[in-house]
Amino acid sequence: MLLTTDQMASFVANGYLRFDAAVPTAINEQAMVDLPLLLHRWLAQLMGTDVAGDAAPTTMPSGTTLADAYSPDSAIGRMLAVPVIAGAVASLVGQHPVFDHHFAHLKPPHDPSSQMLHCDAIVDRNTAFDIQLFWFPHDVEPGAGGTRFVPGSHLRQAAANDVARYQHLVGDQYFSGPAGTVLIFHHGLWHAGAPNNSDRQRVMGKIRLNPTEPQVRMWDLSDLEARNSSREHVFATTDATQVATILRQRQPWYSEQAYRHELVQRSKLWRYLSGDAQFDLDWYLTRQRLRSGLHVTM
Amino acid sequence: MRPDQRQQVLFLWLAEPSLNSAVIAWAFHDGTDGRGPQPTGEQPYADGIAAMGDGWRVFQVSQQQRPIAGEEHLNAHLVNEFVLERLIDTL
Repeated sequence: MLLTTDQMASFVANGYLRFDAAVPTAINEQAMVDLPLLLHRWLAQLMGTDVAGDAAPTTMPSGTTLADAYSPDSAIGRMLAVPVIAGAVASLVGQHPVFDHHFAHLKPPHDPSSQMLHCDAIVDRNTAFDIQLFWFPHDVEPGAGGTRFVPGSHLRQAAANDVARYQHLVGDQYFSGPAGTVLIFHHGLWHAGAPNNSDRQRVMGKIRLNPTEPQVRMWDLSDLEARNSSREHVFATTDATQVATILRQRQPWYSEQAYRHELVQRSKLWRYLSGDAQFDLDWYLTRQRLRSGLHVTM
Repeated sequence: MRPDQRQQVLFLWLAEPSLNSAVIAWAFHDGTDGRGPQPTGEQPYADGIAAMGDGWRVFQVSQQQRPIAGEEHLNAHLVNEFVLERLIDTL
């Protein structure tokens, strides 16, 4: 079940996709056991102890082919095999991604603390991108520790806690939703663990995957050619059925100049994904290309 | 600043470089340990002028920087940062 063109464009514009209640109950129930064990196993490995025992899920080396990374009967293995999740992963990072790392985030009940807003890892100038799956195997009510994230932040140049100063951004979100919901983030999306005001521990499994092949035209392309005009220009002519309509989505925390620069970055990312080197939004790249050969030595 | 006074700091990031433009992000830091007035509501102020009208004093404004050659179209941090303070009597 590959992603649609609309979903791909939404990912490029907003930096994430959301699949509500995508994972069946039995797999979520298994995750409620496996994910805490995964954390304990990782801690035991870090501490040089073996408190978790042989029954605990193991962590494989980074770079392990995803197909070999998880047992088909493990919770994460079963989650990744759910058709809508498998299709999204294949559409975004291809058929042969590798395991980067995973982590189980457990947020105790009545824990008022929050992580600083951050993006994972460091500044990454590549157009190619990793994805991170955030799996919530139980219902998360508003205020119950659902991850905070900032739509449209993924293409900015920021590293780790560079963005910790922003306690509130207009339009930031705190996840809440039904059991089995999976969020898939572009690796650059700003996010943070949030306070848990509920009576139950919040469990979330995060898995980061790296592509090993160009992420070009891997989704359901059936409508792409008819919707991929490179002459979409909001100050000239527009067609609401074009993919540009989605790629132009604006976040309420953008300044005008930042929004225009976001459009440039999104155009470049869409060029990479679509394989269309002429694609443009609102003529920003095209007019520069047209002028690029006109220099006269002064 | 008198010995009994403590500082509250409000960071505002505005949509544009002018103080009368809309708040797009904010952060509050309280040196009174909760004894002073606290920001209320989803968003404490609509723009910078509204914060000044409520007694906040602007003490730092981000400088406008010339774009770095080759990186003119890259976004990073929020650029229109205004830092405001107010002094609170804690006695």
